[in-house]
Amino acid sequence: MDGDLVLLLNGIVSGLLLGGLYAAAAAGLAVSFGMLDIVNIAHPALMVAGGFLVVLVGTALGLDPLLVSVLLAVPFYFLGVAVYTFYHHFFERRGDEALQGLAFFFGVMFIIEVGLVMSFGPEQHFLDPPYAFITWRLGEIDIPLRMLAPALLAMAAIGALWLFLRRSFTGLAISAVAQDAEALRLMAVDPVRIKRLAFGLSVALAAIAGGALVVVQPVEPSSGQVFIGRVFAICIMGGMGSLSGCVLAAFVFGVVENVTATFYGPSWSPAVAFGWLLLVLAVRPQGLFGKAA
Amino acid sequence: MSDASLPLAPAPAMAAGGRRHLPFWLGAVAVAVLLFVALRAIGNDYGYFAGYFILQYVVLATAWNILGGYAGYVNFGAAGFMAAGAYTAIALRKATGLDLLPGIVAAAAVGALLGLGTGYLTLRLRGVYFSIATLCLAVVLQTLVVNWDYVGGSRGAYIVRPREVAPFTSYGEYLFLVMLVLAVLAVGIARTVEVTRLGRGLQAIRDNERAAEAVGVPTLRLKLIATALCGALMAVAGAPLPYYSGYLNPDGAFSLAYAVNAIAMPLIGGAGTWAGPVIGAVLLGSLQQAATVTISSALNLWIVGWMLVIFVAVAPRGILGWFRKRR
Repeated sequence: MDGDLVLLLNGIVSGLLLGGLYAAAAAGLAVSFGMLDIVNIAHPALMVAGGFLVVLVGTALGLDPLLVSVLLAVPFYFLGVAVYTFYHHFFERRGDEALQGLAFFFGVMFIIEVGLVMSFGPEQHFLDPPYAFITWRLGEIDIPLRMLAPALLAMAAIGALWLFLRRSFTGLAISAVAQDAEALRLMAVDPVRIKRLAFGLSVALAAIAGGALVVVQPVEPSSGQVFIGRVFAICIMGGMGSLSGCVLAAFVFGVVENVTATFYGPSWSPAVAFGWLLLVLAVRPQGLFGKAA
Repeated sequence: MSDASLPLAPAPAMAAGGRRHLPFWLGAVAVAVLLFVALRAIGNDYGYFAGYFILQYVVLATAWNILGGYAGYVNFGAAGFMAAGAYTAIALRKATGLDLLPGIVAAAAVGALLGLGTGYLTLRLRGVYFSIATLCLAVVLQTLVVNWDYVGGSRGAYIVRPREVAPFTSYGEYLFLVMLVLAVLAVGIARTVEVTRLGRGLQAIRDNERAAEAVGVPTLRLKLIATALCGALMAVAGAPLPYYSGYLNPDGAFSLAYAVNAIAMPLIGGAGTWAGPVIGAVLLGSLQQAATVTISSALNLWIVGWMLVIFVAVAPRGILGWFRKRR
């Protein structure tokens, strides 16, 4: 086969796998930003914090990073519940979300990032499971397990969340709170309780995304910064509150970024994210797959 | 919404503010002269160094306040705008040999264009989209600078600063004076915005954008003016930075410290008033300058982060709001 074509095919396949990681990172935001209208810009920082904890716990106990991240999702759920309780009490209730609430999440993001620098140092940390060095080959196409395993975990987690949102009463209530909190109140469901639960879930997803991130690449405290552009671009592109749109957008995004990196060099990939974000905001703010706002 | 926040309503504060222009400028100049004379009397270069550090934050915080405080649009990209100014100064010097003062003018133009561009693409949507865009802007500008070898790339750029400028005893003194003038100008501009129709319109946008639009406030145009002004002033704050430190690399120019301080200072001082960012900048700036001597800079920034979170939660109107409530 032609060399460029092989390169392109490989770029697309590994872009799809990378999209799996991005989907994990953006799905939590699709819940908090898309459904609950909480602009959690600290989400990528929470993900990186999750990654660091996965490295810490996984190294200490000798466990697989992906397994650790699933376990870590439980304490992260309660962390999310605590953060939302604070946020609701001080900002949402007072109607101060726009300025003070945004500044609050910025402060949280900052505290997490600097806190990580202080406790772990600014350098990269990694924890490679044994399968990270295995690569399956299908003809000319490489499928590194380092990318495949996190993508599969991400799909499983998002699939579970999707089922929960579609099938259970609480899940339906979460979808409903996005549309009309007052109507939910009339059905004798406390919208604040539902939002607390949903925000907890979104932060739990950040932990799983953190575990996926550790397997794909080493983490450093500032890793979150590059992800802010990516996850918000994906979330908006996917039509905000839609999980399937978010996953689809993540795959598209992963492919575009990876192909760009293959042909123009990886140092330009953050610029791709921003370009996409601006383009989406300027041309189709309702998202590629969303309906007209 | 009350009549007072409509630009169409007769605004007594506007007229009164207009008449108080002269005393304000006289007062500001007097404070600046006093500060300069006092530091000159002390005659220590560290005084100028620390003074510059605080004054650059006065400019930065005031710039943030024009968009964030008056209009309620949060700009997270202070570090990006500031670095854009700093690198404009470096590029201009490399290309033409022009030094500090032309560099500041060029930085203002670049910052204004940058703000205008980002604003034009995102300000027609809800405010959060603008905030998210500015958040990413810093990351992207850093990518550009790291890949731009002309200004040093990731290795950084050196600026050999002249030992002294004619009437001044040291270059540090000269830089301090430049920043002092910039700070007085920035605060004056912010105050002028506050008491004129522009500021009233921005406040109407903050309180209720739809209602403002409905009564005929040209919201998009006002927001774009504010964004351009905000971007220009932030870039101006950054333009002397390479001369101040003599060496600049992307990590230093895009430091998180600028991003967090630009937001923390106005919010802690009291956003939406011209005095708030000044109070916040002087307070937090002096604290950080004193603390860098004693504790690590990371811990230092960590404390600023906590202060920001605690203040927005407990005192959402900042220190000034605290006094107002007590009165």
